[in-house]
Amino acid sequence: MFSYYLDLALRSLRRNKALTALMVVAIALGIGASMTTLTVLHVLSGDPLPEKSSKLFYPQIDPQDMDGYKPQDDPPAQVTWLDGIALLHAKRGDHQALMTGGAVPVQPAQSSIEPFFEDARYTTADFFPMFDVPLLFGRPWTSADDDSHARVVLISRKLNDKLFQGHDSTGQTLRMEDAAFRIIGVLDGWRPSPHFYDLNSGNYSEDEGVFVPLTTARELKFGRSGSMDCWGKGSGGEDDLEAASCVWLQFWVELDSPAKAAAYKEYLLHYSQEQKTLGRFQRPPNVRLPDLMGWLDYNKVVPGDVRLQAWLAFGFLLVCLVNTVGLMLAKFLRRSSELGVRRALGASKRAVFAQLLVEAGTIGLAGGIGGLLLAFVGLWLVRMQPSDYASLARLDLPMLLATFLLAIGASLLAGLLPAWRACQVTPALQLKSN
Amino acid sequence: MTLHPMIAALRRHKAGVVLIALQIALTLAIVCNAVFIIGQRIQRVNRPTGLDESNLFLVSQQWVGAPSGDDPASVDKLDSMQQADLAALRSLPDVASVAPINSLPLLNSSWNGSVALQPGKDLRAGNARTTYYFSDEQVLSTLGLHLVAGRAFTAADVQHQAMHDQRGPSIVIMTKALADKLFPKGDALGKVIYLNGDAAPTTIVGLVERMQVPGVGSWTNSFTWNATLAPTRLNANFSRYAIRAKPGRLAAAMHAATPALYATNPMRVLDDDSVKSFADIRAEAYRADVGMAILMGVVCLILLAVTAAGIVGLTSFWVGQRHRQIGVRRALGARKVDILHYFQMENLVIASVGAVIGLLLAIGLNLLLMKHFEMDRLPVIYVLTGIVVVLALGQGAVFVPARRASNVPPVTATRAV
Repeated sequence: MFSYYLDLALRSLRRNKALTALMVVAIALGIGASMTTLTVLHVLSGDPLPEKSSKLFYPQIDPQDMDGYKPQDDPPAQVTWLDGIALLHAKRGDHQALMTGGAVPVQPAQSSIEPFFEDARYTTADFFPMFDVPLLFGRPWTSADDDSHARVVLISRKLNDKLFQGHDSTGQTLRMEDAAFRIIGVLDGWRPSPHFYDLNSGNYSEDEGVFVPLTTARELKFGRSGSMDCWGKGSGGEDDLEAASCVWLQFWVELDSPAKAAAYKEYLLHYSQEQKTLGRFQRPPNVRLPDLMGWLDYNKVVPGDVRLQAWLAFGFLLVCLVNTVGLMLAKFLRRSSELGVRRALGASKRAVFAQLLVEAGTIGLAGGIGGLLLAFVGLWLVRMQPSDYASLARLDLPMLLATFLLAIGASLLAGLLPAWRACQVTPALQLKSN
Repeated sequence: MTLHPMIAALRRHKAGVVLIALQIALTLAIVCNAVFIIGQRIQRVNRPTGLDESNLFLVSQQWVGAPSGDDPASVDKLDSMQQADLAALRSLPDVASVAPINSLPLLNSSWNGSVALQPGKDLRAGNARTTYYFSDEQVLSTLGLHLVAGRAFTAADVQHQAMHDQRGPSIVIMTKALADKLFPKGDALGKVIYLNGDAAPTTIVGLVERMQVPGVGSWTNSFTWNATLAPTRLNANFSRYAIRAKPGRLAAAMHAATPALYATNPMRVLDDDSVKSFADIRAEAYRADVGMAILMGVVCLILLAVTAAGIVGLTSFWVGQRHRQIGVRRALGARKVDILHYFQMENLVIASVGAVIGLLLAIGLNLLLMKHFEMDRLPVIYVLTGIVVVLALGQGAVFVPARRASNVPPVTATRAV
């Protein structure tokens, strides 16, 4: 029966090519626009570490003075050196790491490569096990390396390809800012998106090429970048940042169970109270412990324009669908006499309804294929854009399936009303008027 | 022509009428808001920075192995390296003037603070927010800023200090916008102010007409035109130089800058992005806005086209369906033009209903967008223009099928279909 309906549908669609083309194009445009924007939104609002994100937390405490204090204010988005080191050494979490970003001049041994700047992450040993960073060669550094300001470095796969043609470079020397570092590991293509652990350096930017112990980077005064907030007598002087009343570091902690997370929040509260008693903190304790996705939400990492575009595209799809409903209604009602004959010959309302829905579904399928092609074009256009998330905009399998389901679902939905109206024809009346 | 028979006829096509009206309403709502967004973006992109942007370019570079301490010896060494760069760039044949500077409008890298009328009050005490530009005596001529009162910096005014040194300058030039905010009576020149909660006074020696802040994000909206210029060369292991090329010699000057700097001191890093014309800086800063405006424009055009096509399709169907009735009317004496007017009038009625619903939808959508995105209230003129456009669109779309209807010969009435 289905193949017969399909045959009828194709004949009917062929009879009025312009109208069919208009419906297919309208659906294709609507689907193409929606899928393009939805894919970008899907990519940007994804979970950077799906297996682990619920166990990773970003503690926030408020070490500021009373100047401009408002009780409802949020605590700062970063920590001071003193608090960061204190939380790090307390080791209350399953893993914890303190970090900041920067850029260092790399001086390659080969004379064929000019010195260049590479984005760097200065962090502590737990960074690698905590974020499940995959390693191609070597191993991460240990907390003993942190304590001894070891001159060790992990490099990205991209940098390894550039400097060592992809060979195992562990044990080799890398010169940065006129200091020699021993390469102890190479990362295996790691680009969490968004760049969740430091949202100051572009939410979807490429990741760092070199990873250096924070203590070593501070000792050698490596160039630091990111955001810094100071208060009171805090100055931004690079030399005394360790003592300054400025927040400029990110601190992450892994807590494997909700009970541990609750205990950690309690600990942060106690820590704040203790610091207040000591006179270092002045404000009443104000602590937060968002998990990874909570932290991304709080920072609204998905650009407003991208969300606006998605809304626009869905409005567009809605208009295209209303348009299709109207055109299908016209088309089906025009065939009232034909349907009347079918009904008179014994086809049930149900059968006629099914036949018309097959026709609507066919249009949806054609529109879906067109929409998919348009979505590919749309995403290609997005990738041509210079924004830092551009290269991420690709259609994955779930989105591919979603495209087809959306297209066929939408056109079946659009076909429901016209098909139902067309089923209501009175066979006798139609036959008579002929 | 009376509306009564027409409305009676429309009652028999409820579904079709509702669909066309709904489509027009949705189109109107989306197009009005989209066009409003486009207008806002265009306005943002076209606002002048206050600079003379032609023939201007920026060089950003970083030294390798430069002293990194904040001690006087390191700072002096860094300053002499910067002075050597300035001398080399200023001696280039195609260069008109050069100023060291920490940032430029639209560069998105800024140093912001606050200005107060009393000592010891910082931003949190509710004072005027400003961005700082640190430069030297050539800054006004290099950037092409218009001095409207007071004087420019002289070579004797210019100090140098480490990037992170918190000492403020003793004199500044500021934008008129900032001066008017601090001194609404317009007597800012020569007055004393306090920067960033400092206790040390700073005197305003000059006012420039207009200068934008480096940031283009919405967080700078509250102080877009509040800029303060300090006669200070900042010393760090990197530097930026704003360079004005001689008229028409921009490409040549940009080409000559990198070799001149390497010749002065090879221990530095300059990459592809290091030498940038101001036109490129502007294009980069507003790329997202321009992209969004184009996208919105394309969507609006397609929406209008789809809606018009829908009207053509549905009206054609009605014309086909009423072939006989049209024939009867013609046979009873209706002229061609009466039939044409009938369909045009019918479309006008439907489109007007759609436009009224669309007006409400447009305002509702605008309120929704205002709640969730940074958006202003939609001016009524956009909606009114939108209504005129969709009514005209409806008339345009209905014309072809309506003319076909008017060409139905009266004899059709006597024939069986």
